[in-house]
Amino acid sequence: MVPTSYYLVLAGILFTIGVLGVLVKRNPIVIFMCIELMLNAANLTFVALGKHFGQVNGQMYVIFALAVAAAEVSVGLGIIVAIFRSKETINIDEVNLMKF
Amino acid sequence: MPTASLVTFFILATIAVISAIMVVANVNPVRSALSLVVTFLTVAALYITLEAQFIAAVQIIVYAGAIMVLFLFVIMLLNLSAPGAIKEKGKLQPRVALALSGVFILVLSPLFTLPGDPRAAQNLGTVRTIGLFLYNPTLPWLFPFEVTSILLLVAVIGAIVMAKRRI
Repeated sequence: MVPTSYYLVLAGILFTIGVLGVLVKRNPIVIFMCIELMLNAANLTFVALGKHFGQVNGQMYVIFALAVAAAEVSVGLGIIVAIFRSKETINIDEVNLMKF
Repeated sequence: MPTASLVTFFILATIAVISAIMVVANVNPVRSALSLVVTFLTVAALYITLEAQFIAAVQIIVYAGAIMVLFLFVIMLLNLSAPGAIKEKGKLQPRVALALSGVFILVLSPLFTLPGDPRAAQNLGTVRTIGLFLYNPTLPWLFPFEVTSILLLVAVIGAIVMAKRRI
């Protein structure tokens, strides 16, 4: 029997790696991947805590988080393709239209 | 003496953390995507150890199947896998980010301990249980489920609008 806190520590480590990637990387596609990593860590926390408290609620939240992740990725990658078509680059240091 | 489940957990956790680090450390985005697939598969295996079989299957189908194909498709489409396509910044930023991540995990660390013992429950993650909870009108999950369909419709429309040359 694995203690629930082990799963929480693992999810915390995965989330932190995702945060690190968002802070470090210059490629928005890899940044999206790191966001997916963070979503996965949050989902793991939901499932682990749902098991801990003996309830299905945690898995329900994971289903909705999955739907949101799928929607987010499709729209986000569409935005990246649109930016690449207009600016010929997607380096986030050069794409700074919204920076004042 | 460690039990089999503990050994399984540590093997899966090690693979997950190493492949997650590979996602960040790789310069080539295709390799990052493939490392991310490994992370998703190990997280799916962890869901199975948590008796969430349905979520594990959905994780493999949606994440490792659909989302990763979308990522690889866009990487190939934009031809970003060539070395030097996107220059990374110098030395200072990764170090500061590493220090900030250390602070972040220290902030998270009080949340890792849980009060009380785990409660026993049977058949928590089977398709039958999840369906009975998700589609039960007396429980609060049916309405969000319907709203999710509108969310996916909005995502479809948004993707089409982004892909059009002129709106």
